[in-house]
Amino acid sequence: MKILNPLLKQQTLITMSTQDKKSKKELSIEQKINRRNFISFSTFAVLAAGAVGGWEWLYKSPEETAGITAGARKPLRRALNKTELFFRRTFSDNHLVKTYPKSMAAKRVRVNSDIGIEADKKFDPATWKLQVIKKGGEMLQISLQELMTLPKTEIIYDFKCVEGWDQISHWGGVKFKDFIEHYKLDDYTKMQYVGMETPDKAYYIGLDMPSAMHPQTLLAYEMNDKLLPLENGAPLRLIIPVKYGIKNLKRVGSITFSNTRPRDYWAEQGYDYYSGL
Amino acid sequence: MLIYWANDEYYIKIFGHTYFRFFPDWFYNTLKIPHRLSEGMAFHFLFMWFFTLNGIFYIIYTIVSGDWRELVPKKNSFKEAFLVVLHDLHIRKMAPPQNKYNAAQRIAYTAIIIMGLGSVITGLAIYKPVQFYYLTWICGGYHFARILHFALTLGYVFFFVIHIVQVILAGWNNFRSVISGFEIVNENPKPAIETTNTDNDEHSR
Repeated sequence: MKILNPLLKQQTLITMSTQDKKSKKELSIEQKINRRNFISFSTFAVLAAGAVGGWEWLYKSPEETAGITAGARKPLRRALNKTELFFRRTFSDNHLVKTYPKSMAAKRVRVNSDIGIEADKKFDPATWKLQVIKKGGEMLQISLQELMTLPKTEIIYDFKCVEGWDQISHWGGVKFKDFIEHYKLDDYTKMQYVGMETPDKAYYIGLDMPSAMHPQTLLAYEMNDKLLPLENGAPLRLIIPVKYGIKNLKRVGSITFSNTRPRDYWAEQGYDYYSGL
Repeated sequence: MLIYWANDEYYIKIFGHTYFRFFPDWFYNTLKIPHRLSEGMAFHFLFMWFFTLNGIFYIIYTIVSGDWRELVPKKNSFKEAFLVVLHDLHIRKMAPPQNKYNAAQRIAYTAIIIMGLGSVITGLAIYKPVQFYYLTWICGGYHFARILHFALTLGYVFFFVIHIVQVILAGWNNFRSVISGFEIVNENPKPAIETTNTDNDEHSR
């Protein structure tokens, strides 16, 4: 019998010589092989059992207590939140999303969801007003006409969905930052989160302040140079290129500010709260 | 192994929506994975850390230990790998001589590392395209990076299947050597003539 691995040969020679000093009996090659097999297979078995056990534990781990976030396994939610912190700490909030020439924008913009803006719901865009909830129950009511007097910003960028599709689309509206400054809401930007909801409160999102104040975040009322169609979120929708589509709320009804995470429709369904790009 | 496999399952699902036509309905139903996108993403964003760190440690280890010499393809590896494939398909009787790994293995084990690196890069490019805009650019844009990332994943599935089949075909002695790091060969009665090469082939396959 012969051992193929030359390294092992050396090793066995070394161990043999040390063993000579320590023990009287020299192990036969057969015994050495058996011993090494035993050690390595035991290690393998322990590691394999650990991997299987670890997976089982994770797979069967309890779901988080339903709150602002829900629907994910506890350890996985923890991982999502920690990962968010890791990226938010290391990354710059000022990186701009890539923009494209107008000619590349899709003419038929994909409509993926109508939660909160279902066609059979009674809604009159003409009477709509944006509500901004301020401290002490104070509320701003802003009409679309009023918003349209603010400087208009346009963006043509690649809209990205968690489901895996993306589409270059063209939007126009008021930069959220300009909106804040115009309505003297600067104090509120010291808070950590912005919440937005549809008028019927069926769809709602929460944004971290840096993302909301990102220079490319828009309160959009135009798509492809025309007023928004109803299914794309008329009269006013959020376009936030630094987030996945799930955060781009259609038909904004109200805006709130808070230091805790506002409720978020998809975060309650097991998705990452941050969902940033 | 289970973790890898389980993750693969969810991994496909994430992209399942994009490539919906790619996977017929039976595929989803068999694996019980429709409408579990959020769950899959949650797993993905945890295991990405393990996969990446594991890959980094592996590469560091092969460099430090010098084992990379056994793993990186040599000049003649591509030609030899073809012969190995012919041998494995029972078209050719003799396999070319080899060391620890044969030519086909060298190519496969190096390719998988390059693929892993590709997955990390394309993965970051689609995970944080705003922050890693330069990676997205290198990968040919967001959309193309996504396709690459997905294609690489399919590649792992193929690698996994072929790998497991080969291990089963190679038999117990080979598997034992994979675990323990050495191989036992019964030597011919006439040790004066070196016939170990053919011997190796007999037993290591």
